[in-house]
Amino acid sequence: MPQITWLSADGTETSADVATGTNLMEAAVAAGVRGIHGDCGGALACATCHVATDLAWAERLGSPGIMEDEMLDMIDGERTPTSRLSCQILARAELDGLVLDVPGPA
Amino acid sequence: MDGRVVIIGAGQAAVSCIAALRSADATRPIVLVGDEEHLPYRRPPLSKSCLAEEISIENLLIRPASWYDGVDLRLGAGVEEISRREGRLVLRNGEQLAYDQLVLCLGSRARPLGREAGGDLAGVHTLRSLTDAARLQAEFRPGRRLLVVGGGYLGLEVAAAARSRGLSVLLLEAGARILGRVASATTAEHFRTMHAARGVEIREATGLDALSGAERVQRAILSDGSEHEVDLVVIGIGGLANAELAAHASLETANGIVVDAGCRTADPNILAAGDCASFPLGGRTVRLESVQNASDQGEIAASNLSGGQRAYAPVPWFWSDQYDTKLQIVGIGHDHDSIVVRPGQRGDAKSIWYFRGEELLAVDAINDPSSYMIGRRLLAAGVSPARRDVANADLPLSAMLPPRG
Repeated sequence: MPQITWLSADGTETSADVATGTNLMEAAVAAGVRGIHGDCGGALACATCHVATDLAWAERLGSPGIMEDEMLDMIDGERTPTSRLSCQILARAELDGLVLDVPGPA
Repeated sequence: MDGRVVIIGAGQAAVSCIAALRSADATRPIVLVGDEEHLPYRRPPLSKSCLAEEISIENLLIRPASWYDGVDLRLGAGVEEISRREGRLVLRNGEQLAYDQLVLCLGSRARPLGREAGGDLAGVHTLRSLTDAARLQAEFRPGRRLLVVGGGYLGLEVAAAARSRGLSVLLLEAGARILGRVASATTAEHFRTMHAARGVEIREATGLDALSGAERVQRAILSDGSEHEVDLVVIGIGGLANAELAAHASLETANGIVVDAGCRTADPNILAAGDCASFPLGGRTVRLESVQNASDQGEIAASNLSGGQRAYAPVPWFWSDQYDTKLQIVGIGHDHDSIVVRPGQRGDAKSIWYFRGEELLAVDAINDPSSYMIGRRLLAAGVSPARRDVANADLPLSAMLPPRG
């Protein structure tokens, strides 16, 4: 299982081994990551699971989907070049070691 | 006032209330009483992905079990009575529980079909809880004939899930059209067409007279006199606030537990939040059944328990997933007198903008998250774009936004 680490805006660091195929919003909620709410349960309706990565990871994660991209454009906080909605990222072996920044509230 | 807080009802409002209480004071004693055995879980997927896929409680939990460390959890324990004078609850098992302050997060339940109409036959379902969803999912077998009573979002979502599992679906709407109470005729038309293309038979202005069968439902008699063989039925005709406990404790109720903008009842030690609360919004008294409302009110209630003076003035939002279509709604369009339909950036995308006079009330976005998010920001800022600008698809919506800051 890939290990994923979240760095929350308040300085909290959370790591978890995430089963392949689980979306990273659900994994974050299960691990109690601060700043990830997932109010809509991964339905691309709320944008409360925003994360960002460094550029190397961003390449491996790939680009946001069309609908995800539109949500990110209008997100309450600041969008970065590597912003993603974590409900749209599924855990897979090559994401082992992934570090996700959880931006603070706007 | 920093005593023991008892929260009755273990859902979305309760979770957000606990989170806010703990961030204000990590040591305050909190008791959570829930009538189901489960930790608080998400309900929206129950009518959507859960009917089409395997249900897993772990994936539905709003927070993991460890998150509740320090909270006195009383799950599977219904409340029989609130004794306000003595500041205590009587649980169904007879146990008594003292409180200093009480938050009622009692939720709502499905409006049932009456027994006289066959509502108690086997195979007749409502959908509100995990147990309901599991029962219904077990009945979803290819080739079976499902009757859905009610053309609101729940009924349409169930119809979509059933088609994806290979059932045949007849959907009845007693009103003039589907989504009559909640969306414009244009939005309804989009969903009607989509469901028809997927093989759902929709009958509008047609009610259900009765269901019949030996022990299990076998036949439906419609208000137009026609009869239909059915294998199972889902009743999706709205929700009722769980307000009885409050009413018995002589708190005011009217389509829910009446609270002020700060989620307070007339009893200074009792607040209410979520589906069960009826509150002032835009000059009316409303009750909203949505995740956003439960989550935000839970937080407001917690803040005001600790002496805060926050007023709840939401821009409500809501969503529905049907087949591959995502509907996102922001605002309340009830009182609109005109709509503007705006094509989206892709072929299958559009948005419906609800106006009263020059005031923007709500936006329905169909596969169009960009319009939804912009509508949400406009409504939150209290800014109404000109109708002709919204109608002009060559003008980017982002140009209508007020500057950030």
